Amino acid sequence: MSENMRVALPVDTQERFEGASDSVSPSAVPGPLRRQGSLVPQRSIAGRSLVMVIAIMTFLACLAAGSAHLVSRAVADWTASIVSEMSIEVRPMPGRDIEADVAAAAEAARNTKGIIAVKVFSRAESEALLQPWLGTGLDIGDLPIPRMITLARDPNAKPDTADLARRLAAIGPSASLDDHRAFVTRLSSMANALIVVAVGVVALVLAASALAVGFATRSAVALNHEVVEVLHLVGADDDFVAREFERRFLSLGIEGGFLGAAAAAVCYFMAGILSTKFASTAAAEQMEAVFGSFQFGAIGYGLIALVAAVVAYSTAIVSRLTVKRRLRSMA
Amino acid sequence: MNDGIDPAPMIRFRHVGVRYGVGPEVLRDLTFAIAPYSFQFLTGPSGAGKSTLLKLIMLSLRPTRGTIEMYGSDVARMTEAQLTMVRRKTGVVFQEFRLLDHLTTFENVALPMRVQGRAEASYRAEVIELLQWVGLGDRMHVLPPVLSGGEKQRAAIARALIAKPEFLIADEPTGNVDPTLAHRLLRLFVELHRLGTAIIIATHDHSLMEQFEARRLVLGDGRLSIEEPMGLEEPLP
Repeated sequence: MSENMRVALPVDTQERFEGASDSVSPSAVPGPLRRQGSLVPQRSIAGRSLVMVIAIMTFLACLAAGSAHLVSRAVADWTASIVSEMSIEVRPMPGRDIEADVAAAAEAARNTKGIIAVKVFSRAESEALLQPWLGTGLDIGDLPIPRMITLARDPNAKPDTADLARRLAAIGPSASLDDHRAFVTRLSSMANALIVVAVGVVALVLAASALAVGFATRSAVALNHEVVEVLHLVGADDDFVAREFERRFLSLGIEGGFLGAAAAAVCYFMAGILSTKFASTAAAEQMEAVFGSFQFGAIGYGLIALVAAVVAYSTAIVSRLTVKRRLRSMA
Repeated sequence: MNDGIDPAPMIRFRHVGVRYGVGPEVLRDLTFAIAPYSFQFLTGPSGAGKSTLLKLIMLSLRPTRGTIEMYGSDVARMTEAQLTMVRRKTGVVFQEFRLLDHLTTFENVALPMRVQGRAEASYRAEVIELLQWVGLGDRMHVLPPVLSGGEKQRAAIARALIAKPEFLIADEPTGNVDPTLAHRLLRLFVELHRLGTAIIIATHDHSLMEQFEARRLVLGDGRLSIEEPMGLEEPLP
C-alpha cells in the first residue's frame, strides 16, 4: 500500500490508547477480515416467510406455465395427426348403389394429386366403428350406415381439395369431403384460449409475488432506518444502499424460486410416471387425449427454470426500485 | 495546514433557521462560517440545538430557511452525487457511536472504504493499522455489543478517520468515557487538526474546552454566538 493511501496518524502523540501497538508489518496482515456479510442485517428481513411466499408463488406460476406448455404440445400433436388425413363420407341414398359410389369416390381420390394413400372402410369395418355406441349383439345389417374413406395427405405436396370436392360432387350427392379444417380451427381456438388463461395466471402470480416483495422491502427499509442513515453518513450513495438490499432479496428470490420450481418439476415428473404406469386405463386414455402424452420434456423443465429465474430476478429488481423510491421519499 | 492565507470557508451558514413541524424555530438566523484547517467547539446547554446544528452540517437535515454552502456550493442545489462526495469528505463521530451491531469492529471501521466500492485488499492493512493505533488490534473480530463504551468510542473515531476526512464532526465524543480517556481523545483531535483536518467538537464539558484554546460556537435559545480564542492556540499540557 502506498504511503499516501494511509491515514495520517498523529505520530507525535506520545500517549497512545491502552493496548495500542505500532504499525503492522505486511506479513502480520491476516487474510480477509470481512465476513462477506450483507450490510443489511439478515434477521431484520422476514426471510423465511418471504422465501415461503416466493416458493408458493413460483410453484403456482410453474404449474400454470407447465399446463400451457402441455396444452400447446397436445394441440400441436392433434393438429399434426388430424391435418395429415382427410375423409370422404358416402351416405346411403334411395336409388343409389352405395358400393358403386364408394368405388367411384375412392378412384377420384386416388387420381387426386397430393393424396398418397386411400383406405376404404368396408361395411363390416364401418359397423365395427359403431360398436362403442351401439354395443355388440345387435343386427344392424338393415341400418343405412354411411361408409368412410380415409385419405392420407402427402406431407410434401398440398392436395387439391377443391378439385377433389368437384369430382365427388360429379359422382353424386351422397359423397362429401371433410378436410377437418373446421375441427382443427375450433380446437386451436380452445387451446389458445387455455394458453392465454395460463399465461394470465403466470402474470398475476408474478405480480402478486412482486407486491409481496415490495411490501417486505418497505418493511426492511423501515426496520433498517438506522443502518441506512449510517451508510449515507459514511458516504454511501442511494445506488450502493439499494444494491445492498437488492443482493439480500436476490438471494431470497433465488432460494424461493428454486424451491417452488423444484416442487413443480417433481409434480410434473411424478405425473409423467403415473401417466405411463396407468396408460392402459380408460381414464388415462381420456387424459392423454386432452393433454397429450404428459411427457414434460426438456422444454417443459426449461420453462420451469425460466419462471424461477424470472421470479428471482424480478425479486431483486422490485426490491432495488422500492428501496430507491423509499430513499428518495426519505430524502 | 494553513499557510497563512485566509482560505475560503469550507462551510457557510446564511440566516439558517430550523423548525420541526409547526413548532417554534429551534435554530434561528444562524450565520457563521467554518474555515478549512480550523478547530472549534460547539457548546451550549442541553436542548440548545447542538444536535440539530450538527445534523445540518452532516447533511442529514435540511433547513427550513436560509442557505448552507459547503465547499462553495449551495447544499439545496447539490445533486445526490455531490452530496455523497461532500459526505465522503466528512467524518462523523456520533455521541451514541452508531456502530452497526451485526458487523465486526473491522467491518465497521472499514465501512467508509467499502461504500466507496474499494476492494478489501486495498484497505485491509490500513484498517488494521488504525485499529491497532487506537488499541483495538485484538478486538477487530468482535461485534460491537461486546465492546466497552471506551472501545466503541475508539472504533467510532477510527471509522470517522479511515477515509482521511477534510472535516471531522464529533458529537459529545467524551460523553461516555472517563477523564483520562477524554484527555487522550482530545489530544487525538488536536493532532488531527494540526495535520490539516478541520474539526468541530460538540460538547457541554467545560473542562474539556478549557484544555485547548479554540474558537467556541455557543448555542443558546436557538441563536449562535461566537467566542474567538484570545490568543494563538496552545498545545495541550
